[in-house]
Amino acid sequence: MSSQRPPTEPGISSIVDTRLVIVAGKGGVGKTTVTAVLARAASAAGKRVLVVELDGKAALDELLPGIEVRHIAPAMALEEYLHDHGFKRIAKRLAATGVIDVVGTAAPGIDDLVVLGKIKQLERSEEWDLVLVDGPAAGHAITFLTAAAGLRDAVRSGPIGAQADEVLAMLADSERCQVVLVTLAETTPVNELVETAYAVEERVGVRLGPIVVNQVDLGEPVPDPDRMQTDANIDGATTDDGATIDDAIAAARFRRERAAAQAAEIDRLAGELALPRIVLARRLVAGLTPDDITALAAPLIHRDGTPAP
Amino acid sequence: MATALDGAEVVVCCGSGGVGKTTMAAVTGLHAAAAGRRVVVVTIDPARRLADALGLPDGLRGEPQRIERSELEGAGELWAMMLDTPAMFDRVVRSHATDAEQAERIIANRFYRNIAGALSGTQEYMASEALYELHGDPRFDLVVVDTPPSRNALDFLEAPGVLTRFLDHPVFKLLMMPTRTGFRVLTAASQPLLRAIGRIVGSDVLADTVAFFQAFAGMESGFRDRAAAVTALLHDPTTRFVLVTGPQRDSITEAAWFADQLHHQGFGVAATVVNRVHPRFGSGTAADASARAASAPVGSDAAALWRNLAELRTVAESERVALAPLAERVGDELLVEVPLLPTDVHDLDALTHLARHLFP
Repeated sequence: MSSQRPPTEPGISSIVDTRLVIVAGKGGVGKTTVTAVLARAASAAGKRVLVVELDGKAALDELLPGIEVRHIAPAMALEEYLHDHGFKRIAKRLAATGVIDVVGTAAPGIDDLVVLGKIKQLERSEEWDLVLVDGPAAGHAITFLTAAAGLRDAVRSGPIGAQADEVLAMLADSERCQVVLVTLAETTPVNELVETAYAVEERVGVRLGPIVVNQVDLGEPVPDPDRMQTDANIDGATTDDGATIDDAIAAARFRRERAAAQAAEIDRLAGELALPRIVLARRLVAGLTPDDITALAAPLIHRDGTPAP
Repeated sequence: MATALDGAEVVVCCGSGGVGKTTMAAVTGLHAAAAGRRVVVVTIDPARRLADALGLPDGLRGEPQRIERSELEGAGELWAMMLDTPAMFDRVVRSHATDAEQAERIIANRFYRNIAGALSGTQEYMASEALYELHGDPRFDLVVVDTPPSRNALDFLEAPGVLTRFLDHPVFKLLMMPTRTGFRVLTAASQPLLRAIGRIVGSDVLADTVAFFQAFAGMESGFRDRAAAVTALLHDPTTRFVLVTGPQRDSITEAAWFADQLHHQGFGVAATVVNRVHPRFGSGTAADASARAASAPVGSDAAALWRNLAELRTVAESERVALAPLAERVGDELLVEVPLLPTDVHDLDALTHLARHLFP
């Protein structure tokens, strides 16, 4: 697969040159895995890393022992926000009566905005070198990132308008913030990533960092069984004793076909988006452990010439 | 999977994002149509892949359109549509409004447009409405729906009540308190809670909100009755839930949790489809293949070939371990495995190939 890689593949240094990095991608592309790998690599490179998780899932805590993970829920962020912005006495009551649902509907995006506001606070504190956000799931990345722009148009005055301005300033500042988009080397995820990339750049004006292509077959090249010379070790294995030559040939064809399809999709992505790419290897397991995350992070650190963890 | 379709009038494909719900809905629809049913497939996924696979070069529309295929000649019918959430919501409002004027007043309201476009759960709500409407449409005898990708897969089950729960809201009740027309806005806006909302989001937004709730007066009971009817249809024995998952540990954990939730709420899972399972390449183990690799000459093509077999079997075995708890929970007879294909599914041949696994 190495021939499909761009000539200069970026390492972790390209990620840590902004204090805030938002990882975004559609369901099933492995956004959480990518967040964990980037966090592990940055931490191994000596950075103080905070991971922010928005969906209430515990996976990141398990994958990242020794790295701080914070969970931010919109309802709590809104209550905290109201509390800090002149609604001290009624913040609890607003939350408890569910009036917040109505506020959220009256001005859609308000929950996303208060989450971004909270993230801005963490970024501004300078307590961490890297605040890495595991972005919202499903097709939510664009609405999440455009929430501030939409609200600034709808609500020009008051605390929400001011908050929207500050969040927009942060998102638009290419020295403070970048978005890392994640995809698989498959047709539909690549199409969706390209659409998202244009939408994010045009409608939010946020800097796009490297694209991460997840779960790519980076194993040793498998020989083409149709072009192989006859080999005694293969010819001999015709009887079924657990591994026959037919099994091996079928497996080789399958692996080669999938690898070729992935390579074609990476080429297509390269043609559509002139952004640097980080390619992460597919692990040969059905569920990742912290050790897998460390192994996936290692090449990102080596590439920058820093020692392995 | 065939038993899941026996006597079914509605099939709901559910599961977390990216597992292949849309594809499974298409395959199910194709198979049922080939078996003589008049099927409509409703998808939420705007990805072009499904439209391409079904041979619709211009994409899917918000209304059902017939799929003409040679293999369906003399069989049933296959129709497909993509859910247009705001348009569907407008239609629902018009059907419940006492007159056209009330409908237009609501549809023009900015707060309503926010609900139709962005209220959490709206997409699921409209999917359930579409399902109900199509179920009553005499053109079709089977409705297959793929559920929206949500943060919470249960959203769809609670979807029919989204608006009525909103109407039960204290703020709504406050606004609907019987007061003389004309004074209502004034009364409402003087409430401390509403004043607070106004200070947060601005007075224009508040005015829209108040106007929306007032325009809604008289329509609540219609919406409530409809929500009850849709909920009843979801619980009907002719409605079947097909749970779709991938073979990875986290996907399976989520599917198992969802199966439990469905069960607790009185919904039966008619089938669980594990999509994109790695093929096993023979009956042996990864260790068998590794042993062969070890006895092949170092650096030879043969050694590489056996190592590849060992690696692919390692993945398959790892998936098998991850799947065991789910298989135990749902029972082997209700668990259907669909193999990972070497290339992406983007044409009818691939759908037909998948159908052979779903309906052996």
